[in-house]
Amino acid sequence: MYETIYHRPSSVDEAVALFGKGSESKYLAGGHTLIPVMKQRLASPSDVIDLGKIKELIGIEASGDTLVIKAATTYFAIMQSADVKKSIPAIAYLTSVLGDPAVRHRGTIGGSIANNDPAADFPAALVSLGATVKTNKRSISADDFFKGLFTTALEDGEIITQVSFPVPAKAGYAKMRHPASRFALTGVFVTKTKAGDVRVAATGASQNGVMRVPAIETALKANWSAGALDSVKISDSGMLADIHGSAAYRANLVKVMAQRAVTAAG
Amino acid sequence: MEPRAAIGEYNEAEEHFTLYTTSQNPHVARLVLSAFYNIAPEHKLRVVAPDVGGGFGSKIFIYPEEMVALWASKKVGRPVKWTGDRSEAFLTDAHGRDHLTNAELALDANNKITGLRVKTHANLGAYMSLFSSSVPTYLYATLLSGQYNIPNIFAEVISVYTNTTPVDAYRGAGRPEASFVVERLLETAARQLKVDPAELRRKNFITQFPHQTPVIMAYDIGDFGASLDAAMKAIDYTGFPGRKAKAKSEGKLRGIGISCYIEACGIAPSKAVGSLGAGVGLWESAEVRVNPVGTIEILTGSHSHGQGHETTFAQLVAGRLGIPISQVQIVHGDTDKVQFGMGTYGSRSAAVGMSAIFKAMEKVEAKAKKIAAHQLEASEDDIVIENGEFKVTGTDKSIALPMVALAAYTAHNLPDGMEPGLKEGAFYDPTNFTFPAGAYICEVEVDPGTGKTTIIDFVAADDFGQLINPMIVEGQVHGGLAQGIGQALLEGAVYDSSGQLLTASFMDYAMPRADDLPSFKLNHTTTLCPGNPLGVKGCGEAGAIGSTPAIINAITDAIGSEKLEMPATPDRVWHAIHG
Repeated sequence: MYETIYHRPSSVDEAVALFGKGSESKYLAGGHTLIPVMKQRLASPSDVIDLGKIKELIGIEASGDTLVIKAATTYFAIMQSADVKKSIPAIAYLTSVLGDPAVRHRGTIGGSIANNDPAADFPAALVSLGATVKTNKRSISADDFFKGLFTTALEDGEIITQVSFPVPAKAGYAKMRHPASRFALTGVFVTKTKAGDVRVAATGASQNGVMRVPAIETALKANWSAGALDSVKISDSGMLADIHGSAAYRANLVKVMAQRAVTAAG
Repeated sequence: MEPRAAIGEYNEAEEHFTLYTTSQNPHVARLVLSAFYNIAPEHKLRVVAPDVGGGFGSKIFIYPEEMVALWASKKVGRPVKWTGDRSEAFLTDAHGRDHLTNAELALDANNKITGLRVKTHANLGAYMSLFSSSVPTYLYATLLSGQYNIPNIFAEVISVYTNTTPVDAYRGAGRPEASFVVERLLETAARQLKVDPAELRRKNFITQFPHQTPVIMAYDIGDFGASLDAAMKAIDYTGFPGRKAKAKSEGKLRGIGISCYIEACGIAPSKAVGSLGAGVGLWESAEVRVNPVGTIEILTGSHSHGQGHETTFAQLVAGRLGIPISQVQIVHGDTDKVQFGMGTYGSRSAAVGMSAIFKAMEKVEAKAKKIAAHQLEASEDDIVIENGEFKVTGTDKSIALPMVALAAYTAHNLPDGMEPGLKEGAFYDPTNFTFPAGAYICEVEVDPGTGKTTIIDFVAADDFGQLINPMIVEGQVHGGLAQGIGQALLEGAVYDSSGQLLTASFMDYAMPRADDLPSFKLNHTTTLCPGNPLGVKGCGEAGAIGSTPAIINAITDAIGSEKLEMPATPDRVWHAIHG
C-alpha cells in the first residue's frame, strides 16, 4: 500500500470540500473493495475520505409507504432493524446472507451501490423495488443509477446520502452464494408493487451487472407463483462465465432463484 | 494454514547461521540446505522451527525464500525476515493431488475381483520438489490393492512436468489418490453389476493376515468387515431407501456412498525406502533426560505443528512412570537441541516417533531400576514403577523418582561401575509400514435446481490400533474429513490458458467453512498394530485419505451419473444432472 492521507470528516459538506482539495481523492465507506485494491497497489489515492462516521449518513427511517436507509448504514444495522423487518423483510433477509459477520459489520449500503460490483446483492434490491438514490446533488432512480460493471451515474465527488424504497405489496430475495467469496453467484430479487406492477432484478448473472428480467416479470405479472416460471426460458447469452459457474448454469440460476424468491415473498 | 515465514541470521564472529522457519522437519531442512545448497556446513547452521501453525505437507519442502533470507543476512550483516502473504502461499507452496487416471477393474462371474489396471498421468508442476516424484509412485501405486484380494494389479504412472506450481505431498500424499481410484471403481462396479456396494466390498475383503499384495505392501493386520459393519450401523444403512424416498417427495436427490480405505503410514522402514531409491532413512530419534530433581525433558525428532505431541508424548511418559503430566516437557523443532530427527508427515509421529521415546524410556527405566535396587538393597528384578515411585514388590519399601534421579546425578552411591546421570537416547526404525484402515459412509442431498450438495450425514469407523489420546484422535479425524470434503466439493487450483493461477486468494479459492460440514459421527474398531511396541497405527491423514470417494460415490448415487470430477461444485453437479 502506498502512502495516503486519511480524513474523517463529520459532515457531507466537509467531505465534499476535502475531496476537492486532494489531487486524487477517494471516498471510503466500509472499505471492503477500496482497501484490498490499495493493498494490491492497484489504487493509490492521494486522500482517503472516510464517510463512515458522518452522523447525517447513518440511520433508517420508515413511513407507511417508504423505507429510507441512509448511505453509511451497515448491513448489520439494516439486518437488525425492526423498521426494515416490518416494511420490507426481504431487505433484512438479503443482508443476512450478504458476506459474513465481519463484512456485515463494516460494509454499507452506500458503499455497495457506489461500487456496483456485478455480483453485489443490493443493486438487485434497488432495481427490483424501484428505489431512488439520493445524493448531495440530486435524486436518481435505480434504473438510471446502475450503468454496467463497476459503473454508476455518480459524478466525480458526488456522495450518496440515502436510498429510499417504496414499500411493496410483496418482495423476496433468493441467492446462490459464491462458494468462496459469498457474493451472489446469482441472486434474484422479485417485487410486486402496491400498484400491481412486477419488477425482477438479477445480480451476479449478466456481464453488464444488475439486470431486469422481462420474461420473468411478464410471467409473474400474469400469475404470481413459482410454478408460473416453469416454462420460462432464460438465454445464457451475455451471462457471466467463470470457474464457479458457466453461462448456462447462471441462466438456470436466474430462473431457479426467481422461483425461490417468489416462494419466499409469499 | 499459516503462510510460510523465515528469519535468516548470520553471526560473523562465529561464522554461523540461524534459520527460523516454518518447517515440518527442521533437521531435513538443515541437511538439504547444507549438503545440497552449500549454505553452510551442518555444524554452522542451526534451524529452528517452533510450533508451526499447520503444515499439511506443504512445509516439508525446502523453498527458495528461506535460502534467500540466510544469504541476504550475511550480505547485509543484519537478520533478514520474510513473511509470505496468502496469495504468495497459493502461488508458491506446493500443491497436491493433480492426477488424471484411467482405471479398469475385472471381476469373475462370482463378482470376485480378478484384476486392476491403472494408468495415471501425474502433474509434478514446473520444478522438482522434495518428495514430488515419490508421491504419485511409491505412495500411490503401492496402495492400489485397497482392502481387497486383487490377484493382479498393473499400474503405470507417467509423471509430467508442466508450468504449474510444483505438486508434492499434501495430507495423505498419494494414498488419497489411490483410495479414490479403488473406491470409485468398486462403487461403479457394484452399480453396473446391480449388487449392493457394501456386499461387493465384503465379498472381496482381505480377511487373512499377514497379506502380501501384488504391489509391495504386506498388510500386517486389520478387520475390514468390522469397520464396515460399524459404519453401516452408525448411518442406518438399511433405512436409506426410506430416507431417499422422503427426500424425493421434497424435490431433493439423496445418495449414499461408501469408502473402505487403507493407507500405509508410520513411514517408513529405512531399508525399504532405501531399496526404492530414497536418499534418507525414515527412522526417528528420541532422548529422555531425567533432571536431578526428577522432572523430565523428552527431545524428539518428530515435529509438532498442530498434532498435539506436547500432550500425547508427555502422556505416554507420564503414564509409564505414574507422574503428573506437568513434570514432562516435550522439546522439538530445534537442531541445536535435538540431535537429529526426520520430522512429521505420513502419520508417523505416534508409530515411529513415540516408539523411539518408548525405547529410550525402557533404557532410562532399566537404569533407574538398577539405582533404585541399589538404594533399597533389593534385586532389580523385584522393582516395579508405580505412581512415580520405585517399589520393591511385596514390601512397603520404595523410593520416589526424584530421589532416584538425584542419586544418579550426585553419584555418591551408585552400583559399582555405573556411569552417573539419567539420560538415554534411542533410534527407532520401523520394521514395516502401519496400515490404518476403516470405512466411511456419506449421505448427501443434492438440490437439482442449483446442483448444490449438502452433506446430511458422515460416519467414520476407523481402526487406528491403540489410541493414546482419543480426543486428539477425534480432532485429527475431524480435520482430515474437513479437508477431504473441501477437496471433494470446494477446493481446486485453477489456471487460465496462459498459466496464470486464477485461485490465488480466498475470494476465488473455496476453503471449507463450518457450515459446509456436518456433525461427524466417529467410531473406532481396533486391531493392535503388531509392528511397534505401542500397537499404534497413526491417524493424521485417514480422514483426508478415505473421505473423498465416499462423498463422490454419494453424489453420483444421488444424481445417477458417474461422470463427476472433483471438486463437485454446484455448477459441475448441475451440468452432470442436466447436461
